[in-house]
Amino acid sequence: MESSIYALDAKIPDGPIQDQWDQHKFATPLVNPANKRKYDIIVIGTGLAGASAAASFGELGYNVKVFTYSDSPRRAHSIAAQGGINAAKNYPNDGDSIFRLFYDTVKGGDYRSRESNVYRLAQVANEIIDQTTAQGIPYAREYGGLLDNRSFGGAQVSRTFYARGQTGQQLLLGAYQALARQIDAGTVDYYNRSEMLEVVIKDDHAVGVIIRNLVSGEITSHSAHVVVLATGGYSNVFFLSTNAMACNGSAIWRAYRKGAFFANPAFTQIHPTCIPAADEHQSKLTLMSESLRNDGRIWVPITPGDNRPANDIPDEERDYYLERMYPAFGNLVPRDVASRAAMRMLDEDRGVGPLRNGVYLDFKSAIGRLGQAKIEERYGNLFEMYERITDENPYEVPMRIYPAPHYTMGGLWVDYNLMTTIPGLYAIGEANFSDHGANRLGASALMQGLADGYFVLPYTIGGYLVDYLNVPPVSTDDPVFVEARAAVEEQTNAFLAINGTQSVDHFHRQLGNVMIEHCGLARSREGLETAIDEIREIRTNFWKDLRVIGTSDSLNQSLERAGRVADFLELAELMCIDAMDREESCGGHFRLEHQTEDGEAKRDDVNYAYSAAWESMGSKNAPLLHKEFLEFEYVALSQRSYK
Amino acid sequence: MDLSLKIWRQARANEEGEFKTYQAKNVSPEASFLEMLDEVNEELNATGEDPIAFEHDCREGICGACGVMINGSPHGPQSGTATCQLHMRKFEDGDSITIEPWRATAFPVLKDLIVDRAPFDRIMEAGGYISVNTGAAPDANIIAVPKWSAESAMDAASCIGCAACVAACPNSAANLFTAAKTQHLNLLPQGKPERYLRAAAMVETMEQYFGSCTNYGECEKACPKNISIDFIAMMNKDYVRAQFFNMARQGQK
Amino acid sequence: MTTTTRAEVEARQGWRSWLGGFFSSSVGLKWLMALTGFGLLLYVLVHMIGNLKVFLGTDAAGEYHIDLYGEALRNLGGDLVPHESILWLFRIGLLALFGIHIYAAWVLTLRNRSARGKERYEHKRNYEAVNYANRTMRWGGVLVLLFVLFHIADLTVGWANPDFVEGAVHDNLVASLSQPIVAIFYLAAQVALAFHIYHGAWSLWQSLGIVNPRYKAFRRYFAVAFAATVFIGNTAIIVAVWSGYIS
Repeated sequence: MESSIYALDAKIPDGPIQDQWDQHKFATPLVNPANKRKYDIIVIGTGLAGASAAASFGELGYNVKVFTYSDSPRRAHSIAAQGGINAAKNYPNDGDSIFRLFYDTVKGGDYRSRESNVYRLAQVANEIIDQTTAQGIPYAREYGGLLDNRSFGGAQVSRTFYARGQTGQQLLLGAYQALARQIDAGTVDYYNRSEMLEVVIKDDHAVGVIIRNLVSGEITSHSAHVVVLATGGYSNVFFLSTNAMACNGSAIWRAYRKGAFFANPAFTQIHPTCIPAADEHQSKLTLMSESLRNDGRIWVPITPGDNRPANDIPDEERDYYLERMYPAFGNLVPRDVASRAAMRMLDEDRGVGPLRNGVYLDFKSAIGRLGQAKIEERYGNLFEMYERITDENPYEVPMRIYPAPHYTMGGLWVDYNLMTTIPGLYAIGEANFSDHGANRLGASALMQGLADGYFVLPYTIGGYLVDYLNVPPVSTDDPVFVEARAAVEEQTNAFLAINGTQSVDHFHRQLGNVMIEHCGLARSREGLETAIDEIREIRTNFWKDLRVIGTSDSLNQSLERAGRVADFLELAELMCIDAMDREESCGGHFRLEHQTEDGEAKRDDVNYAYSAAWESMGSKNAPLLHKEFLEFEYVALSQRSYK
Repeated sequence: MDLSLKIWRQARANEEGEFKTYQAKNVSPEASFLEMLDEVNEELNATGEDPIAFEHDCREGICGACGVMINGSPHGPQSGTATCQLHMRKFEDGDSITIEPWRATAFPVLKDLIVDRAPFDRIMEAGGYISVNTGAAPDANIIAVPKWSAESAMDAASCIGCAACVAACPNSAANLFTAAKTQHLNLLPQGKPERYLRAAAMVETMEQYFGSCTNYGECEKACPKNISIDFIAMMNKDYVRAQFFNMARQGQK
Repeated sequence: MTTTTRAEVEARQGWRSWLGGFFSSSVGLKWLMALTGFGLLLYVLVHMIGNLKVFLGTDAAGEYHIDLYGEALRNLGGDLVPHESILWLFRIGLLALFGIHIYAAWVLTLRNRSARGKERYEHKRNYEAVNYANRTMRWGGVLVLLFVLFHIADLTVGWANPDFVEGAVHDNLVASLSQPIVAIFYLAAQVALAFHIYHGAWSLWQSLGIVNPRYKAFRRYFAVAFAATVFIGNTAIIVAVWSGYIS
């Protein structure tokens, strides 16, 4: 693997970390309020990050165009986040501070994130709570009317704000409401059922996008001074994940092909508490909130192949393996650790359930200790959801859970200003790579999406825009737009022209199987090499044997999916390349070659304390690796231990 | 199990549609309703027929994208359940199932089972927000919110905007949706300054698209989140106060 | 169609904020229906209580109590006002209540039809909350209206009652209701009225926005009790006359 000789400049401000953001805000040139309307901004995606950014730009007075492939911003998958949002308000008086939130996040990310970004995230988190409360988010309250907090994995303080098990829904609705207000005010033009299919670049700058209207099939060009991608993560590369069906990596992938660097694509998070697949036709995995691990005990039978019903297995024949292996944290170890342990149990043929693809999460002792009423109060809605899906009553038989792809820490490489390596192209939220390192802590995704959208990008974007005062956006008649449009039309029609025999899902499922096996919870050089070969084969077959029925000038869901899967088929390869490059285990990235004697992740800080940013060298050539070396001035590098 | 499906097919918004019958063979009782449709679509794709278009996204009952009329019940026979959470074990081998799109003048069919629910966004844009610019918020704990009022607001706010309420209503009224949206904010102290303006603007926008509430209560039964029609009564009160007693201009009370 | 902006709401001045917005809105019309409905409920109750005097028979002077009651109504206000004037005020008020109630129902029905569109569900709707009472509000209401018109023609002005004598309430009642066909029509109308009240007396609280959890459950009890009281009271009279108990 070739790597570039120069290191990436993340534009981290000088000075002590506590002052960097304030000083940077002061140093960033401002756009005069009267001039703001002279700038056009395009935002792709209306999840937490996109909706909050678009709303904030609108409030500031910029001309905003916002696009979503959904029928309404309220469908974005941010809505499915259950647990909560972190902030170091220290309301519970348990010793929390901005520095502690920063510290926990860097440590939780297994020291593969950029300190300055994380510190800023921890700083603005408090403002997010203020902002969202004022927007009318019905956060849980104490009887005194003040905000309630709960604790979450990876932290020793209570700093998670929540709205029942629907925090993501409420925060997304809040951002959507702020956006709706700007749409009503006329500052934001809103386009639903519109999918971005290309970023348009002129003279190395992002100047617009190509959009396909998903109802009419019409392909249009839109130009602007800057383009913001807020298009989420790519967990659906695994086919079965907790992501919504439409979640995809196409926007960031197409930006990558146009020159934006893609950082740490191999850093994916596999969430330990999902409901295992019931059969081979399953389309989607459902997440059960991590909070269940507060009271549930995880176990498998001691004897491999034991297929007695759970309640017939006596206590002495059960292996409460997390409690055994990690006595200090027990069932509350971080997500990556819990997931890998479950995988090991299945490898030992100790899986449970009809397909032997799960482990038990047992509430019997909690019910005995606290009573069923208390458990019902805490988790009633989750138990109901479980019963609806599996038809089993978790009050009587233990739940079955298994890890599932959930979040991608990797994404487009961005500097401190959240700008990608293409000037004028920004990436925010899960679409960028910046804040979570190799593993994301619970309740941090909502925090990052909203931090980027509300409090970071609206400040930093001005620094780029000031240079373009009175420079009109590139005309959509410019050859760069005409060419980009033609390319998009060509690709759209190419899918229809293959006229093979297999459906899009067929290939997607194949790809998912390869990825989960070789680039999922555990990776090895050998496996990754196999995976790359297999991915290439699937890709070849895809372009030979795909069948998409219908036309391109109408609503065609297979056609939409074909484009997304075509991109996944390329992205998957980059994930494997990155996983292969990183000869260490850290966070969600576990290389079988790099583990301690008792099977724990072994980091290599000497050689791999960098973010791997990949540059596309065209579809025929291997991508080029650029390294952003990570410096840890404020958090001492140490091995995580949960024993 | 084997099923006979009678499904509305319509190629485009302004074209005539018709019901077509499909046989779904060997459906797993573990499959969700939408996975059953996925399987049917796989077969259609293999035989060269255009797959059935239906809207869906999160498949865990929170995004509100899915929603079809199943044998005359919005989201199917199980109460408090969105279509994506409905599993085939709720059906019997040999059942025939009629699957139709939501029907209302405000919701034109775009294709097959997909309707355009844009009027819901228009209602939100009319006033479904609290006007607070980014950065303008005071400390989160400066306004105490009674726990009950937060809980009640949360009950309303759990609306997923799936439009089953409109589909269920014999009058195609959207009062439950609009009430959930207005009252979520009106119940909170933060929402009080705009309470009456919000009620007036949102109700009147709603009425440009939808029918009126005759208090059947069918929406409440169809709602996958079990949102109570009590919120409709609260919205009515706020609207009357806003307009009849002119509080929209007089300010809050 | 567009959104009604908050600026538009704010810009409304004076009466415009009433007639412009409120009385043309569906929620406003439903509010009017609820208020007029409540007025009509009170009227129905008072009317029934007054009519129950038919069971009291005659007084010492041989005059029927119900005839005296009728005369008292006509003579409301005594010598202070012209004869029947207060009664006419009541009648005009009642007419207004009916008029507004029916007008609102008419407008809303048309709106609902158009909101629902012409595409209907193929499969029979599996209603869970809709019941006979709330489903028949419109046609039941029409039936009640027809009955009221007949009832006025029958026992107030006497057009439909060949034996009608002004002021002889008891005799008129007996003459009318001893015809089985009339009695059956009266009974049917009472059934329709009871259903109408069963839904209406609950629904009006919703439309008025009265939903305090403390007494929410009583809205249903109120509706049931009201419908039952009116039904039992009125049918008692009909049955008593038809069966010959009162003659």
